[in-house]
This record gives sequence, structure tokens and C-alpha cells, in this order.
Amino acid sequence: MTEPPLLQVANLDVSFLQRGGGVTHAVRNVSFALGRERLAIVGESGSGKSTVGRAMLGLVPRPGVVTANRIAFDGIDLRSLSPRQWRQYRGRRISMVMQDPKYSLNPVKKIGAQIMETYSLHRRGGAGQARRHALEMLEAVRIRDPDLVFDAYPHQLSGGMGQRVMIAMMLIAEPDLLIADEPTSALDVTVQNQVLRILDDLVAQRGMALIFISHNLTIVSSFCDRVLVMYAGRIVEECDARHLHLARHPYTQALVAAAPEIDRPKAELLTVQRDPAWLT
Amino acid sequence: MTAGSRTIEPSGLVSVRRWLADEAPRSAAQAFFGKTWRGAMALSGNPAALAGFVIVVALALAALCAPWLAGGASPLTQDLAHRLAPPSSASWFGTDELGRDIYARTLFGARATLTIVALVAAIVAPIGLVVGTVAGYLGGWVDAVLMRITDIFLAFPRLILALAFAAALGPGLENAVIAIALTSWPSYARVARAETVTIARSDFIAAMVLLGAPTWRILLRHIAPLCLSSVIVRLTLDMAGIIITAAGLGFLGLGQQPPAPEWGAMVSSGRSVILDQWWVSTIPGIAIFLASLGFNLLGDGLRDLTDPKNL
Repeated sequence: MTEPPLLQVANLDVSFLQRGGGVTHAVRNVSFALGRERLAIVGESGSGKSTVGRAMLGLVPRPGVVTANRIAFDGIDLRSLSPRQWRQYRGRRISMVMQDPKYSLNPVKKIGAQIMETYSLHRRGGAGQARRHALEMLEAVRIRDPDLVFDAYPHQLSGGMGQRVMIAMMLIAEPDLLIADEPTSALDVTVQNQVLRILDDLVAQRGMALIFISHNLTIVSSFCDRVLVMYAGRIVEECDARHLHLARHPYTQALVAAAPEIDRPKAELLTVQRDPAWLT
Repeated sequence: MTAGSRTIEPSGLVSVRRWLADEAPRSAAQAFFGKTWRGAMALSGNPAALAGFVIVVALALAALCAPWLAGGASPLTQDLAHRLAPPSSASWFGTDELGRDIYARTLFGARATLTIVALVAAIVAPIGLVVGTVAGYLGGWVDAVLMRITDIFLAFPRLILALAFAAALGPGLENAVIAIALTSWPSYARVARAETVTIARSDFIAAMVLLGAPTWRILLRHIAPLCLSSVIVRLTLDMAGIIITAAGLGFLGLGQQPPAPEWGAMVSSGRSVILDQWWVSTIPGIAIFLASLGFNLLGDGLRDLTDPKNL
């Protein structure tokens, strides 16, 4: 590992100015480096994990302010990009799979047209070439009848198919980094595994890096290489995904303990006992 | 008229109907025709909307086939010997102060009215969509500026503002169209903005942004198509208002210029003789009334039909 990491973040801070003059810090002092690997960010709702993902794409919603000592992607300083440069970089170098395919596909456009549009945003080539690539991509996400799905509208697909279409759309421009923001939480369990396997294969085949944002520890420990645990906007622990049960931080231990296990049923599920000391 | 053909025809119709009403269409085309058929059935189940539809179709036919329906009578030929003649078998609706056949003039007048309606619709919908979607999507000061301009236009009574524009531009059909269009775009901008504000927050727009799509592309390809349906419904409801405004401008001498027939101008020319020769004003007046009634009823029916809460 002599080459510099793909993504380097140092002291990332995201804060939202409130109307009364107060400031909410959604993300504080987050630093990490990412090679071509699978990194998970876990944490409870509101811990800032999605905001970190959005900051990598320059898409923190409006009153939010992003500051960092360094956000570098493949040697490019992301803090100094103009809106035009951001557009060339989003989707082409980094893209993001969102949570619910029901809302993240345009309901009045055909699947094929939506995938082709992404292709033509970033790649040269005529409609014929775009169409061929879109069909190939649908096949790559294991859509059984690409021609049929190509001409279908989003409401005609199931949730799992919709999410696979979404993955196809996000990967067609061959980005180097994919951010998956809870890509399976809107799907049911059997479909979840199928979608994850497809995601896993595509990431491995293309040698991409993946940031996997989730609150599902079981999925994370079997699917990712490294885990960042976030609490209240901070990274409280970084550990190897396979050794999550050996975590040292009490918050991570509590998260692991809170997950129910099928062969050891508990009368009452554990809740996280918070310690104000974690906030410092 | 053989027995064979009589038995085949009904069963053919029944199978067509079954194909249309199929709950599980086997192709997109069948689903489309089935949906259209169900829509037509719903429309025909609503007597008011059906009446509106019949009136609008009759109006369009009258405008298209005016030369044939008039039976050779020209709307411009003067016959001073028979001026102000009452309705008779020779001229069904009587003649005006220059002896011109009112029946023929009313038929040809439909052309002027429909031309204005069509042109205004073609100008107003895109302007309203552009202003509304840009304001709704960009927000901030762009939104504030565009919506305050819209408010200024909305603050004036429509006919007065159209009158001012038409007077400034000079009388004539084209200028009447421009004047009416200038006064009717604000409500479309409002409708489009309201739709855009809700659409802009949805995930699929966020997905396009994070895929690196430029703003104009998101507006044109993703937001405008979704606003279109409410703009179209608004347009059909607005047609009646456009017809009345057009007739008002014509009445005041700012629309289609004489001698070409226009309903508003015809009503105006009969004003001085309304007590003795009532038909000169009444017939075009009825035409204006029927046309705006027809569009209104049709618009109401279409609104009910496209309202998802109503299905």
C-alpha cells in the first residue's frame, strides 16, 4: 500500500446555523482515510453518518456549513471545486445509492431512459451506445429480462428490482467510489441479501471503494472490511469488521449487545445506556 | 343485412369491450387503451362533462367546416337591400346592419375565437411552466423576485390589464392574443411553482443532483413533465375565461378588426338596435355563452377525472 489513499478526510466538521443564532454540529472532527476497500459507517439515527456521505458529494443541504482541514479525493481537493467541477465529479467519480428505490426513481420516466440519461451525462457516445450500456448494466445487476425492464416504469418494479436498477444507474458511469446510504433498509430480508451480494460482486469486480452507511451490524460485519462507529457526530471507534464483537468502546459494545440473536431469545432487548463522557 | 353478419357483429363488440376492460392487460398498449376507455366511460357517465365535450367538439367542427356549414353564404358579402332582416328561411339567424348573414358570420367567428384560445394556450403554458419551475426549484431571492412579479400581474383585473396591453400594442387578432397571454400566465406560474416545491424535495431529484445533472436539465427533463398535468387541467378550466376576455376585447374594438367576423365585435355592432332587431346582438352572445359554458363543463369533468383523490 504505497499509493496514497483514494479518499482522505481530516477534521471534517458540518454545522447547521439555526434561525435563533445557535449552531448545531451534525458532524465534528471526523477524520478517516479510504483505499479501495469496503468501509462501513454505523451509528444510530442522527449520529451524522449520512451527513458525512453527503459532505463527500458536496450535497449538504443549504444552511449547512462544511469545514475540514483536508478532503482529498484521488489528489483533488474537494473543498475548492466550482459548481461546474462538482457536476463533472458527481456520478462520474463518486456516486451514491439512496435508501428507498420507491422515491429515488422518477415515477414518470421509463427505467431505460433514466439509466441512459446518467450515461450520457458523463460519457460520450450516441443513443445506441447508451442503450447498449444500459442493457449491459441491467444484466450486471441480474435483472432477468433487461429488455422488458428497460421499457418499464418504476411503479411496475418490485422494491428489490428498483434498488438494483438504482445500483445500475449509479454504476453506469463507472465511479471510483460508491456511497451506499442504507441501501437495503427499505427492502425485506431475503431481498436485502440478494441486493447486497450484487453490490458486493460489482464492487469487487470493478475494484471500487465503497462507503456503506448502515445501522445493521450483522450486515456490516459480514460485508465490510472496516467499520467506523459514529455517535453524536463523532467517530468513537474504528475497528476491523470481523472483530466487531471485540470492540472496546462502550457505545459499540452496547450496539452489538442490543442486536437480538435468533438462537438466544431475550425477554427484553437491551437499550443503550448513554454516558455524557462519550460526548467529549 | 344477412343473418350471419348480424350475429358476428355484437360478439365482436363484446370481445373488444372485454379486451378494453381487462384487469390484467398483457401489453402497455392494451393498458393504455383500457385506461383511455375507462376515462371515456367515466366522462360519459358525467352528463355535464359530456355536454361540455359535445359543445367543444361542435365548436371545433363549426370552425373547421364553416364554409360548408354556411352553405355558400359568405360572412363578408353585404346586401344593403336586406339589412337587419329578421331570422327567416333565407338567412336563419337574420342579417346585420350591412345585410350580412349572421349565421355565416357566427360560424366563421368561431375560427377567430378558437385561434385566440389555441394561441393563448400555446404561449401561456410554457411561460407559466418556466417561471413557476425556476422559482420553485431555485428558491431564495429568485423565487421572491419572480413571485412578486407574478403577484403584480395578478393584482390587476384581467380584462383591464388586457385592455391596456391591447390598446398599447394596437388592435388586431395577434395583439389580442399577446395581451391575453400577458395577463393569464401568472396563475400557471403559481400552479407550476406549487407543484415544483413538492417535487424538488423528492429523492429522485436528489438522485439526479448527485449524479451530476445540471440544473436546467433537472428542470426541463424531470420537473416540468411532472407539473404538466396540473397545468393542462388549469388550462382547460381557464379556456372559458380566455374566451370571455377575447370577446370583451372584440366588443371594445381591440380584437379581430372588421370586416372579419368576431363574436364580441358582432355583439357590439348590434348594440344600437338591440330593442328592435334583437337577433343582431343575441345570436353571437349565445355563441359566446355556449362556447365558454362548454369549455367550463369539460374542464370541470377533466379535473374530476384526473383527480387522484376521486378514483
